[in-house]
Amino acid sequence: MSPNETKPFVSPDELWSTGSPLRSLAESAITVGLFLCALVTVLTTTGIIVVLSVESMEFFRQSGIGLLDFLTGTELKPELSPPKYGILPLVWGTLVIAAGSTMIALPIGLLSAIYLSEYAPKRVRNLLKPALELLAGIPTIVYGYLALLIVTPMLKAIFEPIGVRVETFNALSACIVVGVMIIPLVSSLSEDVLSAVPRGLRESAYGLGATKFEVSTRIVLPAALSGVVASFILALSRAIGETMAVVLAAGMRPRITLNPFTSVETMTTYIVAVTNGEASHGSPKYLSLFAVGMALFVMTLTLNILSGLVLRRYREVYQ
Amino acid sequence: MSPSIAEPKYQPHRMARRWAGPLFGIACFLATLTGVLVLSVVLGAVIAAALRQPGAAPWYHLGTNLRELFDLLLGLVQKPQSSDPLRAGFRAGVVGSLWMLGLVGLMAIPVGVGAAVYLEEYIAPGALRRIIQTNIANLAGVPSIVYGILGLAVFVRAFGMKEYALGRTLIAGGLTLSLLVLPVIVISTQEALRTVPNSLRQAALALGATRWQMVRDHVLPAALPGILTGTILSLSRAIGETAPLLMVGAAGSIGVLPRSPFDRYTVLPVEIYNYAKNPKVQFQTVTAGGILILLLLLLTMNATAIIIRNRYARSG
Repeated sequence: MSPNETKPFVSPDELWSTGSPLRSLAESAITVGLFLCALVTVLTTTGIIVVLSVESMEFFRQSGIGLLDFLTGTELKPELSPPKYGILPLVWGTLVIAAGSTMIALPIGLLSAIYLSEYAPKRVRNLLKPALELLAGIPTIVYGYLALLIVTPMLKAIFEPIGVRVETFNALSACIVVGVMIIPLVSSLSEDVLSAVPRGLRESAYGLGATKFEVSTRIVLPAALSGVVASFILALSRAIGETMAVVLAAGMRPRITLNPFTSVETMTTYIVAVTNGEASHGSPKYLSLFAVGMALFVMTLTLNILSGLVLRRYREVYQ
Repeated sequence: MSPSIAEPKYQPHRMARRWAGPLFGIACFLATLTGVLVLSVVLGAVIAAALRQPGAAPWYHLGTNLRELFDLLLGLVQKPQSSDPLRAGFRAGVVGSLWMLGLVGLMAIPVGVGAAVYLEEYIAPGALRRIIQTNIANLAGVPSIVYGILGLAVFVRAFGMKEYALGRTLIAGGLTLSLLVLPVIVISTQEALRTVPNSLRQAALALGATRWQMVRDHVLPAALPGILTGTILSLSRAIGETAPLLMVGAAGSIGVLPRSPFDRYTVLPVEIYNYAKNPKVQFQTVTAGGILILLLLLLTMNATAIIIRNRYARSG
């Protein structure tokens, strides 16, 4: 405020009053408004559950398929008459890719978390952490394209000469790109819990003559185990819900197979395929996407809740 | 004579202990480098694919290549959709993505920050707070495609009630993405609010500020860098999302650019997806160019966010 500007006159009464009725009204209006903002998040959950269950119910009613047949059917052929809607091929594809990708992401993510939390000098750490975050910000469609551009041709170059047929869309390349994609997730979540282990524990181990390796693997890791397991479960859930990378890498052929070089279809891919396909709104095929979505939602939600439970139930509390 | 400390029985597995440590450290370091490696492979491969044309300069002509790349990206941003690889570009997608950025920013940031302020500054700890908090944590883990299903049923089709349905419009896509990023914004804003020291709040309240005055004039400004970082990161997530927008109808091809939130649209990642699916090899240049545009946009946003956070984290 410039010095020659005159202050408006304020009576002492006004200065000490707690405000007009209008102001207290505004205060409560703001409280209500903020509450409504928070309510939006609850409504979102309700919306998801209502949409999925109502439309799934409609699917079961229209297609005349029982819940048990849907959950245990091994064939997914909506074109046949009568159409067959068995979700198992989709669940299989989803689990294969989730398992394969976590097999890549867990060891690498955990090792890199240990490096960042135990070994890295502060300057290296300050450089690498943002790099990992940038990596986590790369959209999944880029990874999908990477599968088509590099991973699949590389697999072909390696395996075709020894007589293994590699399809253009295959489960293995999807596993690799999804695995690479969730490494930053595993490493940043695990690093958080490893760094949270109190210094005193490390120092007492060093004082007893332990080496850095022993401190990392026998003191810090067990102390933070619940958090590390929780991050693994979250990564698994993320791999299950992953869509675009899998659409571009693994293709859309629902089947139960152990051959990693053939195309499989995941639940997410099926949902995309149905929306982009010719199925008319309200037809059983169109409605089946909601039933598959419900199954996907239940699976990921269970894993997320499990992850939270592990974190809380098995946490070693220090201090 | 007292036993020497160097006697073997006091140093079990000495060699193993001496060697396992550094080896493990190296393994950990290499694992960390995979991240950096992947980042460079992604960029390198995409740039190489973008420049793969007959008659292109060899890779060591860096200056020429850089200029070519620049020309390519500039051209791609201006060209409309086309089934001819030489004339295909991303104008509609870039415009759509910018619209989406604005819409999601306008809708998700106020609601997200509001919800976070309510949870941190207004509501007393108790059952209600715990329910909302658990709910938000779970929402953050819901796969993006499920939000796409929600948007499809609620915004695009309004449960089949034609008069309320928004159809495959920008606003329907924007609402869907807003719901998708809302939990992320709420959680990061809450974290930012928690770093504001309590003494600041108590001082404001002691001077007679109302709760809202305290929040507006003291807590929010103090938490601003953290909030900014979180919102920029979540907006960049919204820009990169493909699956939910495929569900709520970002069109494969549109004739005219959107002029209002109630027009049909497409976004950059969806266009990239459509070009990537195209079996013609010539489309590789187009797809790779599109990915570079997307990555440039996102990496700029994310780097800004990270810089904001690091700067304020140090001085704070």
